[in-house]
Amino acid sequence: MIEVVQSFFLLCLLWFNIYKMKTIYNIGIGITLTAFTIFIASLFLNDYKLTNKLIDDAGLGDVKTEALKEASKGFEGKTISSKLEFVDELKQALSVANASIVNKYKISDRDIDALVKLSSASGKIKYSTAFAEKVFPENDGAGQYKAKGINDFTGWIADRKYQSAEDLKNDLKNSLTGFNNNIQYTKAFDDYAIGNLLFVLTKKAGTGLVSNNTGLFFALTFILAFIGAMIFILPKFWDGLPGIKHNRIFKTSLNSQGIIGILMGSFLILFYIVLYFFPVYIVEWVSISEVASVGLFGREASQWFLYGFLYTFAVLVMGLRFLSKYRHNKYQRIRTFSVMFFQLIIAFMMPQILFALNLPEVDLKNIWPLDYSFFFEWRINSYLNSGALGMMMLVWSIALIVIAVPVLTYFVGKRWYCSWVCGCGGLAETAGDPFRQLSSKKIIAWKIERYLIYAVLVFVVVMTSWVLYTFFTGKSVLLGIDSYQMRKIYGFLISSIFSGVVGTGFYPLMGNRIWCRFGCPLAAYMGIIQRFKSRFRITTNGGQCISCGNCSTYCEMGIDVRWYAQRGQDFARASCVGCGVCAAVCPRGVLKLENKSEKGRLNGPGLLGNDGVVKVRGIRLGKESA
Amino acid sequence: MKNIVILGNGISGITAAREIRKMSQYKITVISSETEHFFSRTALMYIYMGHMEYEHTKPYEDHFWKKNRIDLMNAKVDKVDIAKKELVLSDGKAVGYDVLILAVGSKSNKFGWPGQDMDGVSGMYSYPDLQDIEKYTKDIKRGVIVGGGLIGIELAEMLHSRDIDVTFLVRETSFWNNILPAEESALITRHIRENHIDLRLETELKEIVPDSNGRVKSVVTSKGDEIECGFVGLTAGVSPNIDFLEDSGIETARGILINEYCETNVPDVYAIGDCAQHKTPPGERRPVEQVWYTGRMMGETLAYTICKDKLKYQPGIWFNSAKFLEIEYQTYGWVWANLKEDERDFYWEDETGRKCLKLVFDKKEKFLKGCNVFGIRLRHGVMEKWIKEKKHVKAVVEELTEANFDPEFYKSYETEIKGKFNKQIAF
Ligand SMILES: Cc1cc2nc3c(=O)[nH]c(=O)nc-3n(C[C@H](O)[C@H](O)[C@H](O)COP(=O)(O)OP(=O)(O)OC[C@H]3O[C@@H](n4cnc5c(N)ncnc54)[C@H](O)[C@@H]3O)c2cc1C
Ligand code: SF4
Ligand code: SF4
Repeated sequence: MIEVVQSFFLLCLLWFNIYKMKTIYNIGIGITLTAFTIFIASLFLNDYKLTNKLIDDAGLGDVKTEALKEASKGFEGKTISSKLEFVDELKQALSVANASIVNKYKISDRDIDALVKLSSASGKIKYSTAFAEKVFPENDGAGQYKAKGINDFTGWIADRKYQSAEDLKNDLKNSLTGFNNNIQYTKAFDDYAIGNLLFVLTKKAGTGLVSNNTGLFFALTFILAFIGAMIFILPKFWDGLPGIKHNRIFKTSLNSQGIIGILMGSFLILFYIVLYFFPVYIVEWVSISEVASVGLFGREASQWFLYGFLYTFAVLVMGLRFLSKYRHNKYQRIRTFSVMFFQLIIAFMMPQILFALNLPEVDLKNIWPLDYSFFFEWRINSYLNSGALGMMMLVWSIALIVIAVPVLTYFVGKRWYCSWVCGCGGLAETAGDPFRQLSSKKIIAWKIERYLIYAVLVFVVVMTSWVLYTFFTGKSVLLGIDSYQMRKIYGFLISSIFSGVVGTGFYPLMGNRIWCRFGCPLAAYMGIIQRFKSRFRITTNGGQCISCGNCSTYCEMGIDVRWYAQRGQDFARASCVGCGVCAAVCPRGVLKLENKSEKGRLNGPGLLGNDGVVKVRGIRLGKESA
Repeated sequence: MKNIVILGNGISGITAAREIRKMSQYKITVISSETEHFFSRTALMYIYMGHMEYEHTKPYEDHFWKKNRIDLMNAKVDKVDIAKKELVLSDGKAVGYDVLILAVGSKSNKFGWPGQDMDGVSGMYSYPDLQDIEKYTKDIKRGVIVGGGLIGIELAEMLHSRDIDVTFLVRETSFWNNILPAEESALITRHIRENHIDLRLETELKEIVPDSNGRVKSVVTSKGDEIECGFVGLTAGVSPNIDFLEDSGIETARGILINEYCETNVPDVYAIGDCAQHKTPPGERRPVEQVWYTGRMMGETLAYTICKDKLKYQPGIWFNSAKFLEIEYQTYGWVWANLKEDERDFYWEDETGRKCLKLVFDKKEKFLKGCNVFGIRLRHGVMEKWIKEKKHVKAVVEELTEANFDPEFYKSYETEIKGKFNKQIAF
């Protein structure tokens, strides 16, 4: 052990002696890339073996357990080394099991014939539900279930007399379709359960290299990546003098939509699609992250733990990078500490603590309408069922919506949330920082932004109204629109596709604030307050602007800051998240984020320095079309 | 409808065009040969350093011009024919005008150094210059920069950003001390050196030596040293770009001579920006002012004259700004390299030696005359007001917080400054 530490220090010394920062950076990148490669490879290095014990442990109840065991006989106990093949087998088995369960509980045509026959036994045709006992004499679950079905579904024709056997048969058939269709949901596996089981069983069936060595893989992926990242990031705190570090950005493929950027974007997009819709294909990653989940919280991991873990990891590591980059700028430092804190403590740790306390497992800084499911029945009920503390949490979250948001936004602008607290913002400001210069500054982008973001705001408000209607009345359809259908569409389109796949997957292609700029309904809501009723503004400095364009280029919200700066116009655009980067990168000290009296907050344009013109024209200049 | 032709699409020409459009329906044509659209010359360095691309340096989107009915013409003008009121283009075509605004900018100074036009030698003024520099500095180890002004330091930073070693030849005894007082100049000199730039003071260029391919191999300095290098940047100032006006009948000296209305000696021909030389410069200003802001102000002023009433060029309190590597600099009012007879100053520097404040005030009346500030941002509006209203320097120091423009949460130095001021300056 001592040798290891010694040689590590020797190595460090060597590095710093040579003082070839580039070499150090390359080593850091190399290590991180190695970890990343192992991470990817882990998806292909495992074996899978489904055993009856695993099926037993899944807690499916006798019927399903038996059916699944029966259906998976062909590969049970066998080791399969291809995940695709295993997942296919399992899918097949689930559908066979489903069919056999349905078959078992179904009231078949033969059963109906038997019922008709019994009804016609006395010469006249008279149906009675009591015949069920004769047709389904078995004392097993299926017989009883079917008998009950006969009672429930055909009770309405009991003791009725029929002219023809055919009529009775038809009535029986029609009455029992509903019953037969229901089996899928009551006795067998529905789609949701199939997805779940696929994921859980595949994860547990893992037996190979990865599953047997999750600890090792945790070290070789997360820990190694962390070490690599630190080697890359920590020296930056001492490299050169503090100041703006944007050299070579537009000459680096990753940061300028080059081929590496496109690859990175494609990877992220794929990652989100798999995470949301096909998590079974990344069970190894979940298993690896489980080392942390079990170690920290003693809980099994789901794909959502994996996601939260990666997310927090990214915010912390890249937050450190951001801190090194802006070590001269206290505004940037404080706000970065803030997003790192909120992600680690409030978003990542706190829900686990709440869970341990038997309280709703929520992120207490998330605010409706960003937290779009906040008013869903199951969420509200989970608060209401958690006693006084649950009630307090409910009140807290509502207070955030109706008090904190307007009041804080009035005093300091929406930045208090967007670039200091929010998780989406936190990721954008840290992991997304290398891409901030890719946001479009075109006027057309601004136009699209305004339509889109307010459309999402309207959508979420309408959806939530329907949800509340359902909550208070128990009915789901209003004006022909189904509240459940609407949440499903919102969840899929807005939450999964927009905020996830597009919002983050497109970082390297369209900049780091796509969601915040074009989609987030909370940002839209706060933006309206910021624009019309707030003390926040960005002040421009008299006549000092040289129109260089650094501010606009590095504004992640795509605001053409220069447009205002070069005409001496103070401004507060609805979308500005107050990241302060425009002010930081300006080489002439032209911009300052300020909270001050509302009086004269957004004066028209007016450059200082030209006394002659100011005298004849006053400070305001004429109009011009952008 | 008046036909206004503006020659030069830099800040002065473009400001004039935009302001004229805001106030009138005249036909406006802007002719320029360097780039198709207006871009920000001040951002050239950032293109080289990879902070931005050329596209980002355009302050207006390309559709802006059409929308505002400003016609752009990408052409070179060879001659001005004042008799026919037309411009002769390099392809022989003629463009007529009713009003001509000359906003033709500057060109880099070259003082007849041997080898000054060799492959691997460039000034740093235009976009083509930048493309040359890009080409010349590929895979080189060292560049030599000649002339220590604001453009020279930018070029040094550019090469530095690509890990190219820089030797910086400067005529003065301390960096830019022909403009800056000794303390500030010392601060910047230190800062250049702490960036590992080989700054050689009191050294001039003697000749540039080619290799066998006729490309730069080395330079020889006035001290007799030979410095091997792959690139030589000539940044010993700029001068008005007026060669093509010779024999045109438009009166020139160093620049195009204009009166306080930006009028040249020829009716309907005006000159603004870098290329103009004021016959009677306002206040203590220099006759040729080669800065962004003055070009803009002349453009604004002239537009008013053309569209409304004759308006004198009356710039207010002088201001300027720059950035020396990591240190920002702003100046308001007049701070000369050497104090004038009736002036006194106060200087404060922080313990890192990268921030400082200089106040110059009237010896007798104690009112503020000018201010230099490094590493701290000040509010233009407040400084202008204080200097205009001749605020007592003690009150200035007392109320300095009001002028602070640093980002929120930044360490404030006002107490420290006040302490030093009260100790040092006893009224
Ligand atoms: C690298 C650099 C950095 C600078 N940084 C700053 C700074 O930070 N702050 C500051 O205040 N100032 C700065 N300046 C100075 C400032 O950029 C100039 O003062 C300003 O750009 C001058 O503008 P202008 O419109 O007068 O001329 P220009 O911008 O030079 O425009 C003149 C245009 O006219 C064209 N032209 C000239 N003759 C003809 C012809 N015959 N036919 C066709 N076209 C013609 C030229 O090609 C050119 O495009 C900097 C200058 C440089 C070079
Ligand atoms: S305008 Fe400035 S503070 Fe606002 S989002 Fe853009 S860069 Fe950030
Ligand atoms: S505000 Fe600053 S960064 Fe933006 S264009 Fe003006 S000088 Fe450049």
